[in-house]
Amino acid sequence: MAEVCDEWASKGKTNLWGVIPQIAEMQSEGGAAGAIHGALQAGALSTTFTASQGLLLMIPNMYKIAGELSPFAMHVTARTLATHALSIFGDHSDVMACRQTGFALLCSNSVQESHDMAAIAHAATLESRVPFLHFFDGFRTSHEVAKIEEIGDDVLRSLISESAIQDHRRRALTPDQPVLRGTAQNPDVFFQAREAANSFYDACPGIVERLMHSFAEQTGRRYQLFEYVGHPVADRVIVIMGSGAETVHETVEHLVANGEKVGVLKVRLYRPFSRAAFLAALPPSTRSIAVLDRTKEPGAPGDPLYLDVMTALGEARADGVSPLRQEPVVIAGRYGLSSKEFTPAMVKSIFEEMEKKAPSRHFTVGIIDDVTHTSLPWDSSFRTESADVSASLFYGLGADGTVGANKNSIKIIGHETDRYVQGYFVYDSKKSGAITVSHLRSSPRPIRSAYLVDRASFVACHQFEFVDKIDILEYAAPSAVFLLNAPGAAELVWDLLPREMQEQMIEKRIRFYVIDAYALAKQVGMGGRINTIMQTCFFGISGILPREEAIAHIKKSIEKTYGKRGPEVVRRNCEVVDLALAHLHEIPVPDAANAVRRRPPLVSERAPDFVQKVTAVMMAGKGDLLPVSAFPVDGTWPVGTAKWEKRNLALEIPVWDTKVCIQCNQCAIVCPHAAIRAKVYDADSLNGTPPTFKSTAYRGKEYAGKLYTIQVAPEDCTGCNLCVNVCPAKDRTNPKHKAINMEPQAPLREAERANYDYFLNLPEMSPTDIVRLDHKGSQFLEPLFEYSGACAGCGETPYLKMLTQLFGDRLLIANATGCSSIYGGNLPTTPYTTNREGRGPAWSNSLFEDNAEFGFGFRLALDAHIAAARALVERLASEIGERLSSELLGADQQNEPGIANQRQRVNALRDKLAGLKSAEARRLETLADYLVKKSVWLVGGDGWAYDIGYGGLDHVLANRRDVNVLVLDTEVYSNTGGQQSKATPLGAAAKFAASGKPVGKKDLGLLANMYGHVYVARVAFGAKMAQTTQAFLEAESYPGPSLIIAYSHCIAHGYDMAQGAAQQKLAVDSGVWPLYRFDPRRLLVGEPPLNLDYGPPKAKVADYMRNESRFRMIERADPARFKKFLVDAQAQAERRYAVYEQLAGITVPFVEKDEKQLAETPIEATGGKAEKSPQAVAKEGD
Amino acid sequence: MNLNTTYLGKSLPNPFVVGAGPLTDDLDTVRALEDAGASALVLRSLFEEEITGEQMNAFFSSESHGDSFAEAQSYAPDPELAFGPEEYLEHLRRVKEAVAIPIIGSLNGSTSGGWTSYAKLLEQAGADAVELHAYHAASDSSRSAGDVEREMIQIVHDVKGHLHIPVAVKLTHMFTAFAHFAHQLDAVGADGLVLFTRFQRVDIDVLALEVVRTMVLSDSSELPLRLRGIAVLAGNVKASLAVTGGVHTALDVVKSTMAGAHVTQMVSALLRNGPNHLRTVRADLEAWMMENEWESLQEMRGNMSFQRIPDPAAYERATFRRMLR
Repeated sequence: MAEVCDEWASKGKTNLWGVIPQIAEMQSEGGAAGAIHGALQAGALSTTFTASQGLLLMIPNMYKIAGELSPFAMHVTARTLATHALSIFGDHSDVMACRQTGFALLCSNSVQESHDMAAIAHAATLESRVPFLHFFDGFRTSHEVAKIEEIGDDVLRSLISESAIQDHRRRALTPDQPVLRGTAQNPDVFFQAREAANSFYDACPGIVERLMHSFAEQTGRRYQLFEYVGHPVADRVIVIMGSGAETVHETVEHLVANGEKVGVLKVRLYRPFSRAAFLAALPPSTRSIAVLDRTKEPGAPGDPLYLDVMTALGEARADGVSPLRQEPVVIAGRYGLSSKEFTPAMVKSIFEEMEKKAPSRHFTVGIIDDVTHTSLPWDSSFRTESADVSASLFYGLGADGTVGANKNSIKIIGHETDRYVQGYFVYDSKKSGAITVSHLRSSPRPIRSAYLVDRASFVACHQFEFVDKIDILEYAAPSAVFLLNAPGAAELVWDLLPREMQEQMIEKRIRFYVIDAYALAKQVGMGGRINTIMQTCFFGISGILPREEAIAHIKKSIEKTYGKRGPEVVRRNCEVVDLALAHLHEIPVPDAANAVRRRPPLVSERAPDFVQKVTAVMMAGKGDLLPVSAFPVDGTWPVGTAKWEKRNLALEIPVWDTKVCIQCNQCAIVCPHAAIRAKVYDADSLNGTPPTFKSTAYRGKEYAGKLYTIQVAPEDCTGCNLCVNVCPAKDRTNPKHKAINMEPQAPLREAERANYDYFLNLPEMSPTDIVRLDHKGSQFLEPLFEYSGACAGCGETPYLKMLTQLFGDRLLIANATGCSSIYGGNLPTTPYTTNREGRGPAWSNSLFEDNAEFGFGFRLALDAHIAAARALVERLASEIGERLSSELLGADQQNEPGIANQRQRVNALRDKLAGLKSAEARRLETLADYLVKKSVWLVGGDGWAYDIGYGGLDHVLANRRDVNVLVLDTEVYSNTGGQQSKATPLGAAAKFAASGKPVGKKDLGLLANMYGHVYVARVAFGAKMAQTTQAFLEAESYPGPSLIIAYSHCIAHGYDMAQGAAQQKLAVDSGVWPLYRFDPRRLLVGEPPLNLDYGPPKAKVADYMRNESRFRMIERADPARFKKFLVDAQAQAERRYAVYEQLAGITVPFVEKDEKQLAETPIEATGGKAEKSPQAVAKEGD
Repeated sequence: MNLNTTYLGKSLPNPFVVGAGPLTDDLDTVRALEDAGASALVLRSLFEEEITGEQMNAFFSSESHGDSFAEAQSYAPDPELAFGPEEYLEHLRRVKEAVAIPIIGSLNGSTSGGWTSYAKLLEQAGADAVELHAYHAASDSSRSAGDVEREMIQIVHDVKGHLHIPVAVKLTHMFTAFAHFAHQLDAVGADGLVLFTRFQRVDIDVLALEVVRTMVLSDSSELPLRLRGIAVLAGNVKASLAVTGGVHTALDVVKSTMAGAHVTQMVSALLRNGPNHLRTVRADLEAWMMENEWESLQEMRGNMSFQRIPDPAAYERATFRRMLR
């Protein structure tokens, strides 16, 4: 919503008063709330938009805004709060966390209502002075595409009270009529003053009701504070708010038509809660009420809406004003957490429960709770949709444009027919090869079905390989049309289908259509974009519009959607539309299935039990069916599950040529998915080698006599091409042939799968065996981060992979929310894994804003564990042996052999402890592993480090604790869609900086340098891999805080990620991205702490900028502005180099003895005693 | 001293035209060139392939990530603009506003529709004429010389049919039957022929095993090839003739004019010496003409063309003949 406002503002769109609203992006929602509070105090009309954790950050200011009776309306897409896990999806837990702030809570149930209620909220707050939080369901409503009627400006004008605006302005803080707000009050007056605002809350519901009435008079759309729909003398009523109310409404109409006396009470104005209006809306005949909450308040006597209803009914009864003829039975249900489906079948089961003599007082619906048995069963065959509703399902890839085309189809049907339309889109959480499912409905009546399509008369599968992964026809109605994009000759496609699908098609009498859309797209130069081809086929087959008319509309929508991308884009899209239907074939479905092949199992039979029973079910898209008992109770999940999900995304994979290869390992370094690996091993390790497995003699002296292999993981590679592009080795007789070359995956899959399995089973090199631990050597270590769902060609993941190769067996990662937490921890499968000893990164994500503090907490805990373990070793020295004790306590763990030796000592210690009976021995057993060095890394993006989490990061760096910070700097908020951060460089277009960011990138590294005790490096693996590795090693070895800022190319930069490494090099060569390492330890030897790893700019900044759309779009839109950016950016690059060069020449005197001593004292030793933060000291039993 | 000439139907006070290249990218330089006496400017070439390539690349890179992930429907702001010819056209408009001399737009098309549609856009943006940059790599073994020529002739014919402003064609020297081809272009209405395109220098990096392309500035040694081409055509075609490549000095201008050129385009000389070089060449030219008693360029134009010299073969086989004798 904010992005749309920004877009309007940048295009000069004015508001009702002819003014372009100012849009400001703040560093966090907390910052936004503060700015809003200030703007309101200074008399402006303000609004904001947020959800979930962002809303929580606003709460302190919401109290202030409400306490000061400031007219203000905000719009919230109600979304889940992170608890045992993060979920971006929809429920009311965020909004319910704001009940106590004093904000009015106004709920919309549909797209149309959201539009209407937004206006009512703004009007009501001005008149009532009670601030409004207007909310609607995240995703289910916020992301639904629907046909709505728009409110005209004249209606808005009539709703908004000018005099209320004037009053608001008159209350503004101004030196012309100064007043004081924000006082501090004492026990004598605070309480009374708090009660002084009561009358405003008393009046608020009446004002909203009046405005709803006025709105209805002008638009015909009637709303009430509490709105009843159903049988006039209903005995059973469901009370609910949000999109679920529409599903209940639809079900109630169906049940009433079938003779049932049921109804639904939709709650619109939840706060201030009008008891009178609530009671008035309930039919007096009501015998039973089910109150449904879309939130969970563990430990409470009930969830919030239920408690409110109980209170209202109880008070009414006590006061003798209950309108109900008899005392109702009230039960409470919880549904729909994290966008869990809520269907008419579930509604029906609630009504059935209400009919029981002893209904479940507190129930859940939509899940199978086989642990505490709260859930109601439901009959999933029950449906309310009538025959004239047309429902379609489309399975596609994010990259093929299926969703975009479906959005256009909905708009076409909505505009060109009388039918109502609805589009809803479901995405998996992968950033490469993401599967999308589009759910489309059209109906002659308004659509209230706020749930997914589960019986479709049209099913399209835009990717042939899905037929082996997904039960595409599960929701196909009998006689439905099935449109399949399949390669090759249409008449051969039937034979390629798995038997299950053939049988389904026969059983359901499916009408089968086939097109080779990729061939057609290729013919016209459309790459992998098949969406307009498939869209044309949809209209061609479905007959919703006459063919010619449909094609004309598709072309018009292409012009509208892609016109801004250029005439060539429009031309090619239109060309495929013209050609599509000629390539579409109807295939008669035979009477009998002939396929022998069955759909392959999703995971290998070798996968662990949990993966088979839980993960695989989620991978199959059937996670909804998993019962409560299947889940860990506290959000703890096993690691290393990505390896079981063979996604087979790559059309082409790299193939190694042993003869050309110079064994530099660069391909392995840059691979974002750990899908190309290097190994050195003894020749006698080879045994039973698969026929096409390749190996060659290692070329260097360090492993002379050993063999070397580069091996691709054929089913995990995404085909991004980064490896081929960085490969420096060419066949001298045929330079287009490199040491690795892309070749079609399908013919290689089987053989390479066997080769890769074999490769994985070859001995891993131990860190202590690595002769030279540099960038090349690092690649002989096993990556413990593999096959993530990151984008193909991701610029972040190579750093994480290297991190796990270097320190994976002793690594704790605190990961800020963002891309890295999604590809790092989004179920069903996750990439962090273990080595053969079972060690590997321990990973967790707390929030977005607190990650530095979160990881700092890891360090505090570790330091406490270490101190406790050391104390116990000292205390038990005589029993475990003085020598072992002193070796354990005095161990040098600066390098890998040191750490390996300490591990052996800890093993020896365990042996000793096993023979001891004391309680101290038992305690030391649990703590012994902490005697081995652990490495704490705080990982996150620039949005975290530069913006929302900067305060915390700064504080953590200002301590001397041994934490390492890795900032994956994409220079933009990547995960949420490219909003500018303070890391965004000068001149780059980003959301909220559409005309190019006018100020330069914040120099986070320099700020950290100024502390003097922080190790700081800026790295870019594509420019200098050796420096990246060196920085990681130095940071880890530095016994204080370290900060690595890593250039991460990103899809948000707008170019082909296959060129990511080359563009990184250009960034460094042009001086845009400096490379350096600032190591405070160098002070101790009289050297300048700052070491520059790059030279004076030798390439032009303009050449760097022109390669990326984020800069180019400014050149296109405003050449003069771009030119200024170029000049400024060039000057900045040169100045930056000049400044750094001078800093790199600075030597600083130090008090040698004292400082050296301090610097060499392990920080762990001070843990728990030397530095006590006033807020946080790890609690430890000892 | 009368330096007047006519090019593409326009009377110009002198033959000093600034050829297609980076000089005209900057408005201040454009003004300086006019001040220094340039009689017309040719803008840098608009490459259709580059535009469509960038459009499609931007389309693929932006659209293929959109609508794929629940939290982000796109990854960049969505300004209503495309990477297209608009940038070039806008520059053309600004150059037109900045100076009074004729501005010639230059175009390299890649599709038959593209040549005409982009040429039309140049006209609409205010170009006084269009120079079609008929570069052809001739590396497609399935296409004959005849195919290449026919296609180009058709393009010139089509563009002429759509435009009201004059159309010049800039040629490479690599056509098999150059004179015949030039005559056919003349016949379908080309208003000017520009001889010849200069190519980037292609070299091989023998260690990196890469092809290295560099733009090397011309010098006067490149002129003779052009002189011959002009001399062949002068007087035989209706189209006006321009020399481009190797014009650096007043004497180069004299030679070009004697071969039959109406204008001489300069790029390298101005890149090397700055816009004021035009003043030098002009002064030198006037001095030379005075010294050698030429009153106008018109007098000398074409006096050394094939039509007028006694032994046209001299342009081709001079060396052999001497040897044979």
